[in-house]
Amino acid sequence: MMRLLVVSLSALALMACSERDQSLTGSPVKSDGKSWQGAKNDFVAHGWTPGDKTSWEKQIRTRGQNQNEYIRMN
Amino acid sequence: MARMKFICDAERCIECNGCVTACKNEHEVPWGVNRRRVVTINDGVIDQEKSISVACMHCSDAPCMAVCPVDCFYRTDEGVVLHDKDVCIGCGYCSYACPFGAPQFPSNGTFGLRGKMDKCTFCAGGPEKDGSQAEFEKYGRNRLAEGKLPACAEMCSTKALLGGDGDVIADIFRNRVVKRGAGSEVWGWGTAYGRAPHPDATPPENKS
Repeated sequence: MMRLLVVSLSALALMACSERDQSLTGSPVKSDGKSWQGAKNDFVAHGWTPGDKTSWEKQIRTRGQNQNEYIRMN
Repeated sequence: MARMKFICDAERCIECNGCVTACKNEHEVPWGVNRRRVVTINDGVIDQEKSISVACMHCSDAPCMAVCPVDCFYRTDEGVVLHDKDVCIGCGYCSYACPFGAPQFPSNGTFGLRGKMDKCTFCAGGPEKDGSQAEFEKYGRNRLAEGKLPACAEMCSTKALLGGDGDVIADIFRNRVVKRGAGSEVWGWGTAYGRAPHPDATPPENKS
């Protein structure tokens, strides 16, 4: 019983010696979601469908043209 | 879609700092950190004063990405250069490499400890879930995922600062320069890439 306790405690203590994987096989950066999938909040602009890439691209281009006063003013 | 880019029209920028304020407000950027700032040259010199709004330019071949020892940077499909603050060690190499002074380091605590790097995200957040509270706290709002463009450009009162799809904003800027009749020869692509100036162009000090 005592031996079992010692072995268990040793195993528990040695667990702290484990190392985080530091190999260079992959990027350490977490993967990011795609913008066209849409934010999961209440601030999403109207006029496009989250999840539809074409719709998002159209929205961004249309919104970009809002900066063009040669179009806005006419 | 083309890459996301910023262009600042120095002929229009009036140094109002609206872009700086919009950015700080939108992302609740901490005191001492300016993701965007307005730089003025020849301040007070009549006809020669020019201002330009500067932030991370989301370089196609970003030097910050090249020098980062922990490889915390990544580029989105739209060409936006972002970084993972969980990987960043706050070493500051990126700030030495960046020609625009974009990387910022929040100073907090009594001894001004240098925190993890913070910079303009083109309002595209970070690697956390898009639109989440965790993303907001670390990187600010993710306006791109909300179908919007960066707050600084959308708020610019004179539309000096343009942001968005590179092809779209380049067309807007080109149209302006054509309508204006001059401009690109003193500040713009021609200057940046060493193209021969237009034969009719005159330097600003000789303009009547």
